[in-house]
Amino acid sequence: MTTERADALAAPHGGNCADGWRTYGDDAQERVGFFTDTSICIGCKACEVACKEWNDVPDDGFAFTGQSYDNTGALGANTWRHVAFIEQDRPVRVPDATPPAPHPPGGDTGAADGFRWLMSSDVCKHCTHAACLDVCPTGSLFRTEYGTVVVQEDICNGCGYCVPACPFGVLDRRERPNASVVKPDGRVHKCTLCYDRLKVGEEPACARACPTDSIQFGELDELRRRADRRLEKLRAEGWADAHLYGRDPHDGVGGFGAFFLLLDRPEVYGLPPDPVVATRHLGEMWRWAAAAAGAVVALVAAVFAGGRR
Amino acid sequence: MGSNMAENHPVGFQWVMEARERGARIFHVDPRFTRTSAMATDHIRIRPGSDIAYLGGLINFILEHGREFREYVTAYTNAPVLIGEDFRDTEDLDGLFSGYDAESGTYDPSSWQYAGMEMHGAAGQRESGVSAAHAAGGGGGRLESGEPPEEDPTLEHPRCVFQLLRKHYRRYTPQFVAETCGCSADQFLDHANALCDASGRERTGAFVYSVGWTQHTVGVQYIRAAAIVQLLLGNMGRPGGGILALRGHASIQGSTDIPTLYNLLPGYLPMPHAERYGDLDGYVAANEQPTGWWGNMRAYMVSLLRAYYGQRATADNDWGFGWLPRIDKDDSAYRTTMAMIDGTVKGFIVAGENPAVGNANGRAHRKALASLDWLVVRDLFEIETAAFWYDSPEVAAGEIRPEDIGTEVFLMPAADHTEKDGSFTNTQRLLQWHHAAVQPKGDCRSELWFYYHLGRLVKERLEDSPLQRDEGFRALTWDYPTHGAHEEPSAEAVLAEINGWDLTTGEPLGGFPQLKDDGTTACGCWIYCGVHAEGVNQAARRKPRWEQEHYTALEWGWAWPANRRILYNRASADRDGRPWSDRKRYVWWDADEGRWTGYDVPDFEVSKPPDYRPSEDARAQDAIAGDHPFVMQGDGRGWLFVPQGVVDGPMPTHYEPAESPGPNPLYRQRANPARQDIEHRTNPENPVPDVPGEGPYPHIATTYRLTEHHTAGGMSRTVAVLSELQPEMFCEVSPALAELEGLEHGGWAVVSTSRAEIETRVMVTHRMAPTEIGGRTVHVIGLPYHWGSRGLVTGGSANDLTGIAMDPNVHIQESKALTCAIRPGRLAGGGGRGAA
Repeated sequence: MTTERADALAAPHGGNCADGWRTYGDDAQERVGFFTDTSICIGCKACEVACKEWNDVPDDGFAFTGQSYDNTGALGANTWRHVAFIEQDRPVRVPDATPPAPHPPGGDTGAADGFRWLMSSDVCKHCTHAACLDVCPTGSLFRTEYGTVVVQEDICNGCGYCVPACPFGVLDRRERPNASVVKPDGRVHKCTLCYDRLKVGEEPACARACPTDSIQFGELDELRRRADRRLEKLRAEGWADAHLYGRDPHDGVGGFGAFFLLLDRPEVYGLPPDPVVATRHLGEMWRWAAAAAGAVVALVAAVFAGGRR
Repeated sequence: MGSNMAENHPVGFQWVMEARERGARIFHVDPRFTRTSAMATDHIRIRPGSDIAYLGGLINFILEHGREFREYVTAYTNAPVLIGEDFRDTEDLDGLFSGYDAESGTYDPSSWQYAGMEMHGAAGQRESGVSAAHAAGGGGGRLESGEPPEEDPTLEHPRCVFQLLRKHYRRYTPQFVAETCGCSADQFLDHANALCDASGRERTGAFVYSVGWTQHTVGVQYIRAAAIVQLLLGNMGRPGGGILALRGHASIQGSTDIPTLYNLLPGYLPMPHAERYGDLDGYVAANEQPTGWWGNMRAYMVSLLRAYYGQRATADNDWGFGWLPRIDKDDSAYRTTMAMIDGTVKGFIVAGENPAVGNANGRAHRKALASLDWLVVRDLFEIETAAFWYDSPEVAAGEIRPEDIGTEVFLMPAADHTEKDGSFTNTQRLLQWHHAAVQPKGDCRSELWFYYHLGRLVKERLEDSPLQRDEGFRALTWDYPTHGAHEEPSAEAVLAEINGWDLTTGEPLGGFPQLKDDGTTACGCWIYCGVHAEGVNQAARRKPRWEQEHYTALEWGWAWPANRRILYNRASADRDGRPWSDRKRYVWWDADEGRWTGYDVPDFEVSKPPDYRPSEDARAQDAIAGDHPFVMQGDGRGWLFVPQGVVDGPMPTHYEPAESPGPNPLYRQRANPARQDIEHRTNPENPVPDVPGEGPYPHIATTYRLTEHHTAGGMSRTVAVLSELQPEMFCEVSPALAELEGLEHGGWAVVSTSRAEIETRVMVTHRMAPTEIGGRTVHVIGLPYHWGSRGLVTGGSANDLTGIAMDPNVHIQESKALTCAIRPGRLAGGGGRGAA
């Protein structure tokens, strides 16, 4: 058993991942995921297009947003990979970073304060502790044998409980009218980590299409090791703000199945800095509720008992 | 430079990223901060149209600081060669070279020749029929041996090429570069030093360019300037070096090799002129070059004629040379457009192109289409070029009515590349075969199917024609095998014909050295000879790199010529045939074996030793010495100075764009004196102000493409998941320009030139910045050109704004640097308006 698997099984709270996984017994596979290294993302959006082509995801409407080169806005029912573009009046390299960077990218434009254009391909995080799973009343959302989280569209009844449960705003009902032939259906759709491709030994479409390997698919343990090495290299080259987001198995969602190397704070990319699984306190809440109910029962009993006097 | 590789060639850009990860510095010298700039280690912002000033600065830096690779330059370039005494530089004539004829606007290059001789360009007289003044014909002196008559190996003689270069570029100082290009002198010097440090025995540096260099009135000279830099630094013919031309879309390289151009036959053989040459002997005499590989032009041509006409081509009928179509004037694309408007061209077939959106001056193109009798459009969708008669800005604005247009339009549905067999030739000259994955739907058919059956039907009709003009068509071999219900011709049979056969044995040829001028070989394109060697489709080879001995992966696809991956790779070894360094070892002379060997197919006769010296009467490749790697040139050298073959000067000079924001800081001669302007009522030019940034069109505009769309949009505005990624036409402006003109981010603006005006959304971004010209601020507006009136997403077409001013060598329009005006707001009715 890998460290990762052990972490998941010994989950301090929730334990969805562990529960889901256990049910597969011998069929459980190594947990897989994505490592999205934004330091080499060129913003080509091939991931968005490949995802939509493979998974038959409709367009999200034709609207010019003015948000740099991002016109799909955010992850949602109709956008399972989303590339964010962030224009910043600051250089990639921090001048006093040690040791001095050989040549980090996004170089000078002639402006004294420098300029950089960050690009990052976002996706469902496939959390170790996934609140969407906890709250789904139909069993439409399930943990696969690969440790990923998938919606079964034919079971989803469109209740939408999972939508506010997701700390990243990934889950979303397809109800917006759009220009394509797919009708609004009210059900939830999201990244499946290309479950159908995994079943036949293929990597997900987005990772396959990524020309620079910014999106890397693989076994999570290996991806984490690779990411650690990558971060070490970048830090040595002076990319002072580079950090891993969602790599830590002890964070609020037990670590992401799809984690990131970011060049700035998560908020800059529209990501929550410290995501917590919405059902983290569920057990505690139920205990308090039970205690409160017990107290009420005791009180009522006491009242009746007193009344007999 | 001149390339936005990350956005337009993202797949190839993975290797640039890998180089960066391995510590390479990536300089992006570009007017805009693009996704390429974001990935580069350094971005240097220059003004659109100022690249020769920048490259000339690099040349001057190299020469003034002695940074050239002296041994390479002396041995492998024409630096030591003396130029004739009559030559005058632009520095002598205030922006003109000697030989300029003001009336015709053309040059006579006779004063540019090597002292003591007259020389031919590397590939004959390309512009046959266009500029008779400098067509040397067979009369002038020739390079009778592979060696120029007068040389100075010390490079000190004032008339040697090396000294002429120094003189020509002396004023291109870092300060001049800064003032002309708008970058800082420090940035320029940092780049210049880094480039020189990355060149020499141990290292090589490469230039990448795309249409940001070609779409200028001095486009060819941009590339020439880079060639001078790379030859001086010893970066040609060596691994990791070169000038890499990224092409506009898939297999554009193939469509020049086996050309769709009016003035070329396959393999860059000149199209014969109607009157000038007479017979085959006259054609060969006028175009052949006695020394170098072009010395075999007759063999290439006779083999082509044998492929075209088969048994009907005989020695008695001059191998059918008289049947070939002829040209008698400049019939390039834009001239043809004007001829359509003027009524001399009545019919037009468009395939794989959308000129109503993709070509400069879209309004003129739509007017041209409306002037035709008939129009055939073969495309995947009903693009603007097919629908112009009822769906265009002019129709929307009520300027023209569909019922007034007499053009009969035939829209033919085409098959796409997944639906047909064929090859792509990429920028590395690499042919890669693709197989049909699915059958085309409905009436969709491949180009091959269309032209084969069209030719077959025409031949049937002409079978009994008594007319002399039809003899050539009737003589054509047209017997490709077909298969399937649609009678699809065999693409591989076409490839086999391109490769050619030995007609005495019927065996496929192995390479172009086997071609003969006695009619015993047939070959459809001499540079592709070998692609079907041994009867095997070499382009279909897909052995992965990691299963091959060397990183050059010679068993993946097939590169012309002769499966060479780097041209002129003899230059990767020194004069004696030893690698310049162990690190950059590539092709070298194995003295024990008596042959050239290495990681690539040597671009040299394998048994010609480094100390080979030609005899006086040697010709063709035999006239090239064993230490001269540039085997297509008559003297085997890389040409720093081009005596013939480039029509607008032997050395690149900074000229302003045809529509510049102001005067030329170097010369009174403002723009390229040999540029081609089309003076036509549909193609007015913006006035050029005396002071930069003033006048009715004060701003600079530059057009470009985005990753999300494909050229004129026919293959992307029709696809929902691409259209949503960039759904509307927008212009990119700096915060400073937005403030100046009152433009609002996300709002609307009208951009105008003397040709037309269009409306666009506004993107205000720090990625754009104004430029300084001689202390004056001039603003730059970015215009993606993907939109038109058709498809899922529509919008103003940037090419309605661009004008037709052309490079004189290749007739490409200047759409990367023009002037314009901008104002906030929208057009009434949403359509475009414009000239004539």
